Amino acid sequence: MSTDKQEREPLFSAKNRKLLTNPLNIDNPITVQVLGICSALAVTAKLKPAFVMSLSVIVVITLANLIISVMRNGIPPRIRIIVQLVVIASLVILVDQVLKAFVYDVSKQLSVFVGLIITNCIIMGRLEAFAMGNKPWPSILDGVGNGIGYAWVLVAVGFVRELFGSGTIWGFHVIPEAFYNIGYQNNGFMILPPMALIIVGIIIWIQRSRNPELIEEN
Amino acid sequence: MKALREFVDKQKPHFEKGGRFEKLHSTFEAFETFLFVPNTVTHSGAHIRDAIDMKRTMIIVVLALIPPLLFGIWNVGYQHFLSNGMAPDFWPMVGFGLLKVLPVIVVSYVTGLAIEFAFAQSRGHEVNEGFLVSGMLIPLVMPPDVPLWMVAVATAFAVVIGKEVFGGTGMNILNPALTARAFLFFAYPSEMSGDRVWIAEKADAYSGATPLGHLLVLDADKLPSDWSMFLGTIPGSIGETSTIAILLGAIVLIATGIGSFRIMASVVAGGLVMGLLFNLWGANAYMDIPAYQHLIMGGFAFGTVYMATDPVSASQTNRGKLYYGFLIGFIAVLIRVFNPAYPEGMMLAILLMNVFAPLIDHYVLQSNIKKRLKRAKAVTA
Repeated sequence: MSTDKQEREPLFSAKNRKLLTNPLNIDNPITVQVLGICSALAVTAKLKPAFVMSLSVIVVITLANLIISVMRNGIPPRIRIIVQLVVIASLVILVDQVLKAFVYDVSKQLSVFVGLIITNCIIMGRLEAFAMGNKPWPSILDGVGNGIGYAWVLVAVGFVRELFGSGTIWGFHVIPEAFYNIGYQNNGFMILPPMALIIVGIIIWIQRSRNPELIEEN
Repeated sequence: MKALREFVDKQKPHFEKGGRFEKLHSTFEAFETFLFVPNTVTHSGAHIRDAIDMKRTMIIVVLALIPPLLFGIWNVGYQHFLSNGMAPDFWPMVGFGLLKVLPVIVVSYVTGLAIEFAFAQSRGHEVNEGFLVSGMLIPLVMPPDVPLWMVAVATAFAVVIGKEVFGGTGMNILNPALTARAFLFFAYPSEMSGDRVWIAEKADAYSGATPLGHLLVLDADKLPSDWSMFLGTIPGSIGETSTIAILLGAIVLIATGIGSFRIMASVVAGGLVMGLLFNLWGANAYMDIPAYQHLIMGGFAFGTVYMATDPVSASQTNRGKLYYGFLIGFIAVLIRVFNPAYPEGMMLAILLMNVFAPLIDHYVLQSNIKKRLKRAKAVTA
């Protein structure tokens, strides 16, 4: 009986929608679980690398979640971490090759951080926590949700840092020349990684003041 | 006086719960306690109360800041006219200095207090007086020609990120005034370093390098005389040049017990020790300068007296204060000599030790607990 019911569960049931939307806000990998901070600080000085990095992570996390979920019943528990790593590493190599082929300059800027997607805690975390115990379709949704949850923070940080740090958005000058003429200057601190940490902190601050349930008791 | 009290009492109901201006309660309270000592009494238990509260503490620090401020105002004018080859009387110099310094002070106070009031209001807290001091310290550590909007941005950053996110006055990890300066230093390095910014409206041909700037390029010969560095007739940030004015402030702080002499003494000791170590090494002209010169150059004296002694961000234990201060002096000179990118090591040294102050306190407490446990065991055994 119950299996019948599960099979008839619509693709975007309330439960499945939650998988997609929770990571965007109340279960965000960066601002709530505080994972993947390293790359969030390193690649967000400009919007473009932040965006490309986000896309790469979305692709890797979705496919990795799918593959692990398909294989989950065949993976011996004792070597599951290694299996997960092999899957992630293969996907990252693929992504890296694609980036090198089509957006070489961005791939240059991202340098080692594409390779370091392998060690991104978000991906390992989702594989361990979700894909190992769930069916392929929810796993895909979970992967996309967490990927986008990671992506919007990165893009938001990248937007602020590029706007105030370089006066540009996506490489185009948006702060008018007149501003510079009356004494405005780009903020060099924005280019430095500590400022990314502060901006992530401010995002967390805003998020928590809007969702009081996220505030820890102490 | 009595009329004022009556006026304040008359307005009070409007700001109490249910009054017309209930939302502005903390603003009202701030002004009331600014005028009168609060009449609230403790309700339970026995308390020993000191007559001094935070407002009086803060105002004494502001008083102690008056000598460097006045000297700074004069010096800004003096340096400006000197660089232009003019030598006017006393008052034109002061007038020019006022024109340069007053706007910076006003911007710093207006920005900072506006943010403080807004936060206190939205959180329903009292408005705290902490910013009275920070608002005066910020202008004193700025170069005379600093653009005013930068002062506003830095003050806002310092108050919000340096202080309010941690819960406001008394909860901050870093000294807010130094946070403001560090923010500007990293955000707009061209306005905060080099040899162009230290003299207001400098003539182009005149070298405006500070003593630290000369040493950066190992020009020890170009250093001003010890006397002028001690007196403060050198280019530099508004309030930091005159060691003698700062010493006057230090006397006020130590005599009233508000600034910790332990911290001041140990910072000086730390700076001297590192200076002497460099003298022994003596690999270049910077290392060879007499150790005492480190104390009268740049922001060392100002940082020692006003920044390192900030009671919130410094170590709390007496022994911890010694370690904390010593390391500040030690690291400040180390950064100055070793790292040409950061000519003023004092700012970074103090911020660094601010971060470590709780750790120092922790270990001081732990070692004390261990010592006493050992003693207790020795007695019982």
